[in-house]
Amino acid sequence: MTTHRNSAPAHTRSLPVRQLVLTLLGWSIALIIFFPILWMVLTGFKTETAAIADPSFLFSPTLESYQEVQARSGYARFALNSIAVAFGSTFLALLIAIPSAYAMAFLPTKRTKGTLLWMLSTKMLPPVGVLVPIYLIFRDVGLLDTRTGLIIIYTLMNLPIVVWMLYTFFKDMPKDILEAGRMDGASTLQEVFFLLLPLTLPGIASTGLLSVILSWNEAFWSLNLTSSKAAPLTAYIASFSSPEGLFWAKLSAASTMAIAPILILGWMTQKQMVRGLTFGAVK
Amino acid sequence: MNRTRASGRTVGGLRTLSLQAPAVTLLLLWMIVPLGMTIWFSFQRYNLLMPEMTGFAGLENYEYLLTDPALWSAMGTTLLLVGWVLVITVVGGTLLAVLFQQDFAGRGIARVLAISPFFVMPTVSALVWKNMMMHPSNGVLAWLAQSLGLPALDWFSSLPLTSIIIIVSWQWLPFALLILLTAMQSLDEDQVEAARMDGAGPLAIFFFITLPHLKRAISVVIMIEMIFLLTIFAEIFVTTSGGPGLATTNLAYLIYIQALLDFDVGMASAGGVIAIILANIVAIFLVRMVAKNLED
Repeated sequence: MTTHRNSAPAHTRSLPVRQLVLTLLGWSIALIIFFPILWMVLTGFKTETAAIADPSFLFSPTLESYQEVQARSGYARFALNSIAVAFGSTFLALLIAIPSAYAMAFLPTKRTKGTLLWMLSTKMLPPVGVLVPIYLIFRDVGLLDTRTGLIIIYTLMNLPIVVWMLYTFFKDMPKDILEAGRMDGASTLQEVFFLLLPLTLPGIASTGLLSVILSWNEAFWSLNLTSSKAAPLTAYIASFSSPEGLFWAKLSAASTMAIAPILILGWMTQKQMVRGLTFGAVK
Repeated sequence: MNRTRASGRTVGGLRTLSLQAPAVTLLLLWMIVPLGMTIWFSFQRYNLLMPEMTGFAGLENYEYLLTDPALWSAMGTTLLLVGWVLVITVVGGTLLAVLFQQDFAGRGIARVLAISPFFVMPTVSALVWKNMMMHPSNGVLAWLAQSLGLPALDWFSSLPLTSIIIIVSWQWLPFALLILLTAMQSLDEDQVEAARMDGAGPLAIFFFITLPHLKRAISVVIMIEMIFLLTIFAEIFVTTSGGPGLATTNLAYLIYIQALLDFDVGMASAGGVIAIILANIVAIFLVRMVAKNLED
């Protein structure tokens, strides 16, 4: 946090009224925005009867819904699908992107900039524009409703962002260190594994986290390409939308478990995420 | 620049090529194969329910689609959805970025709470709003209205598109806030201080210093949001299924209906081509801007 830099100058700080108004305003808005999430978390600890009763913060919390979500629909299975798909695609994307970003940052040619921009432009292809061919290809090769299918899609979906983010992190690294390593006779592989990767680990980690978050929350492909076997949490939660499935406490319990890990990861990496989400245009 | 590679321009180029080959090849395939197929299908008679009907259709699919009132209704819905969400999130995001830049007690935590909705998966956001917030009899909003002596609103049947706009804005306002807050950090405090010394009020500072400073970040937010908002899908899928009637059917949802419910591959592909063209118009501007940014 850069509190010291952004803090109000002395003559306004001395006004406690201004402080009080700002604090009240800031907190009220933050709480209003956060309210649906808070309410969902609370509802998850209610009984179904209490969940649809008049809104109340006073209730005796129960873990009933959490147990039932697991017992009735096998929540763990969907969670495992989400984990496999999010981490699998992230691992693959990093594996493919690291050499590419390395080449762009340290061995640039006059085509590098064009390649970067072209990669960015593939991200602009609206998924719905290629839904039909992907669906048909997946049907014909048996990838519909498989984790492998989703992993392939998510890897390709996130690859441009991953390359971009890694590129910006690699570029920020002082070239002299790699140079020194090379002088000492390090091969390219040694250079990458013993110098580049350890030194840019925080950047690689936040790139990976962004990729995990994006895959975890992706809902267009998961809804259209999976039905039951490989359905991740986004698709599982959607099954609560049927009219007979109006069990708010269970919906809330399942949703809370589905978003909690990502919410925490998001809080941790918000700063670095901006870089990836805006392709380095806002730092 | 680099002594060790003084001799090896082409060697460097070759290494660059081989290191980049996997990423470039995969993305090239990912782009060209489905895109080519979509364009090809859009000129074919191809319905999975009518396997005997095949062959070159020429512009038939486009003709049928462009004269179908459903397409124009879906285009209108798409524009309304994108337009309103942009206005709400950009104006709201800018004001909130200014607010959360001020020093107040617990600002760090308040910021984290305010950006949280962006990390919630779309199906969860949509269902939490649809059930717990906007439900006509048991929702929080209905309870709030009744406590104030107002009639409770059946959000999804009387204001379907507005409801979707509210949900999507709730998801994307935090995105705008997150990006704009980051951009605010590079605002020159000395300049603001100097302006204040010269007697500039908070409004003047906002319009003549803050807003121009945020200009680029705001346009990035607008373009990135446009690309995602043009094809909003999950939020509609789990709440209204495009209804009532066509009230909340946007272009993405229309294509989904044609492809996976009516199995009309040719028609859905023609719709897909239209969606791609729309997205590309936006994309050109975004790519240009990022390119300019790469230079400095």
